[in-house]
Amino acid sequence: MTTETVNVEEIIARHRGAGRDTLIPILQEVQEAEGYLSRTSVAKIGEVLGLPASKVYSVATFYNQFRFQPLGRFHIQICRGTACHVKGSAAVLETLCRELEIEPGETTRDRLFSLEVVVCIGVCGLAPVISVGGNVHARMTPGKVTQILDIYRGKAAEDA
Amino acid sequence: MSIQVDNRQIEAHEGETILSALRRNGVEVPTLCHMDGMAPTGACRLCVVEVEGFGGLVPSCSYPVAEGMKIKSRSPRVLDARRTVVQLLLSNHPDDCLYCSRAAKCELQELASELGISERLYSGEKSTRTKDVSSPSLVRDPDKCILCGRCVRVCEEIQSVSAIDFMNRGSKSFVGTVFDCGLNVSSCINCGQCVVVCPTGALSERFEIDDVLAAIADPDKFVVVQHAPAISVTLAEEFDMKPGTDVNGKMVAALRRVGFDRVFDTSFSADLTIMEEGSELVQRLTSGGVLPMFTSCSPGWIKFVETFYPEFMPNLSTCKSPQQMMGALIKTFYAERQGISPENIVSVSIMPCTAKKFEARRGEMGRGQLQDLDYVLTTRELGALLRRCGVNIEKMESDTADTPLGERTTAGKIFGASGGVMEAAARTAHFLVTGRELDKLEIKPLRGLEGIKQASLDIDGTQVNIAVVSGLGNARALLEEVRSGRQDLHFVEVMTCPGGCIAGGGQPLNADLDAVRARMKALYKIDRDGPVKTSHSNVAVKKLYDEFLGKPLGHKSHELLHTSYEGREVIK
Repeated sequence: MTTETVNVEEIIARHRGAGRDTLIPILQEVQEAEGYLSRTSVAKIGEVLGLPASKVYSVATFYNQFRFQPLGRFHIQICRGTACHVKGSAAVLETLCRELEIEPGETTRDRLFSLEVVVCIGVCGLAPVISVGGNVHARMTPGKVTQILDIYRGKAAEDA
Repeated sequence: MSIQVDNRQIEAHEGETILSALRRNGVEVPTLCHMDGMAPTGACRLCVVEVEGFGGLVPSCSYPVAEGMKIKSRSPRVLDARRTVVQLLLSNHPDDCLYCSRAAKCELQELASELGISERLYSGEKSTRTKDVSSPSLVRDPDKCILCGRCVRVCEEIQSVSAIDFMNRGSKSFVGTVFDCGLNVSSCINCGQCVVVCPTGALSERFEIDDVLAAIADPDKFVVVQHAPAISVTLAEEFDMKPGTDVNGKMVAALRRVGFDRVFDTSFSADLTIMEEGSELVQRLTSGGVLPMFTSCSPGWIKFVETFYPEFMPNLSTCKSPQQMMGALIKTFYAERQGISPENIVSVSIMPCTAKKFEARRGEMGRGQLQDLDYVLTTRELGALLRRCGVNIEKMESDTADTPLGERTTAGKIFGASGGVMEAAARTAHFLVTGRELDKLEIKPLRGLEGIKQASLDIDGTQVNIAVVSGLGNARALLEEVRSGRQDLHFVEVMTCPGGCIAGGGQPLNADLDAVRARMKALYKIDRDGPVKTSHSNVAVKKLYDEFLGKPLGHKSHELLHTSYEGREVIK
């Protein structure tokens, strides 16, 4: 964690005095390093670019790619691309949200799962797909959601 | 140049927008996002007109006139488009106009009526964001927001605070703070300029009318009210009288009629402020104190320094604002003198300002568990309170404020306009140093609505360089100059709101620049016609020093009339 923080500070410091057009690349870099955009990072980024924090947050919330909560232990990506949509990914997403009690971009309170909507993972033949902690689960249905989540809950329990 | 509008020739100026040409020629064009003096954004699309040779409708707020242009400002196509825009805005608007604080003053409601919209045509998904009631000064109700962006722009472009901005995208857009936290923990400085420009009920001050009426109704409470210098020249507008009408005497009578036990004038404590602040300036100048000294009357400015420029806190005068000086005196000096326990006093102020509500609740502003001031009402709230109580201000017989805290000079009165504090301070500082009055009490370069005014004052051969700033964007520019080495300034007056308290965040709505100018003129007329024009000649203030305070900057003054500041850790 400490190394990550240092890393983020370095990234931000490197951009001191840059133009406001570098805002989005910095946001991406910081999110890449930290997994999300923390309050401290948003404030710091604003400071080095001479932008109010509200402006930085405004730009960041405009784009789906940015998240403001740390990733969960198992990061879930759900594909909402065309093929997955046609095969019923909307219902899968709805079930995920209900089961986890979070919206896309959020993390469960126990920090176990985080949820992200992506557009195409590139395996349309297996639609609809989700990826949990890097493992792709194919031909998803709302019914399979609990089952899959339980596998990961079990893994977490084992480690504990 | 000449352009044709609705088959009529009108004169237009090179470089101006269609909207400005139309409005000057008596053609009313509705807008919900346009703000005079600021660059157009073309966000609301209500100002569209037809221009011959153009396929689509043209937003008149952002399109320049051209020679020979043929414009239709009220064709069926134009009116239809405007009506559709308003209907779409209404599609997710809560239909609770009966319960809305902006009812009858809402620009959206007015437009719906003007455009003949009599039923809901589109039913959209309603937004259900939480009302932000965290601020002691302001309330934000995002459900009533139409995303015109005026508040965002005034906060960023005029005040350079940027506490709020557009968040999210598309139908999920809303105006909010960074990380959507409450205004109370944001960088908001409570100035209320966002309320003044808001076309709907999405922004308002935190109302305290009910609390004040309850206190008045309580037989055990002794309810005292003070009114700020800028109130008597603006309250008239709440009752549809001409801007700049001074209703001081009638207002005092109305306040008594409502049931306040004592009516005091904040201009009295403005005079007192001048004695303290003038002395502080002289002390700083003669004993190598921190310069330039900044005035401390405007609580939005104070929070601005605490938040964005804490290194300048030593430059702020330690004087409390006139409101708080009066508050401290009422619950100490006056309570003692009248034999009333401070616990039984309810102290109310009428202010042109929303930040004053925040100021009154600052931890520094009281003794023990007791706050010096209990409730702060804006000019608008006073209007509402008088209407609720059925007090017709126009029919009041003029009355005068109570002694001794209601005795003022005109120097205290001109605090209400940008430059007024400086002018009053200059008059007294000159006297304190030389023992003589200024040859000319009127200091013209300090008057007017310009954002930055500068002058040099000769006090017995010593040059004192002064500046007067209003609008925090201008203040920020000046602070940056000082930060990068500017050293000539000795004394700077800063008012949070552009033009000073006459254009404060608590003032009557829908005032244009002409109205603000009329308010300002009214204050300077009072100064011109008044018998006593210098704070040091205020007999009641002198007596207060003789009988209670001792001398300016003395022990008692420090205890009651001076304060300290704290840096603020917020995401900014």
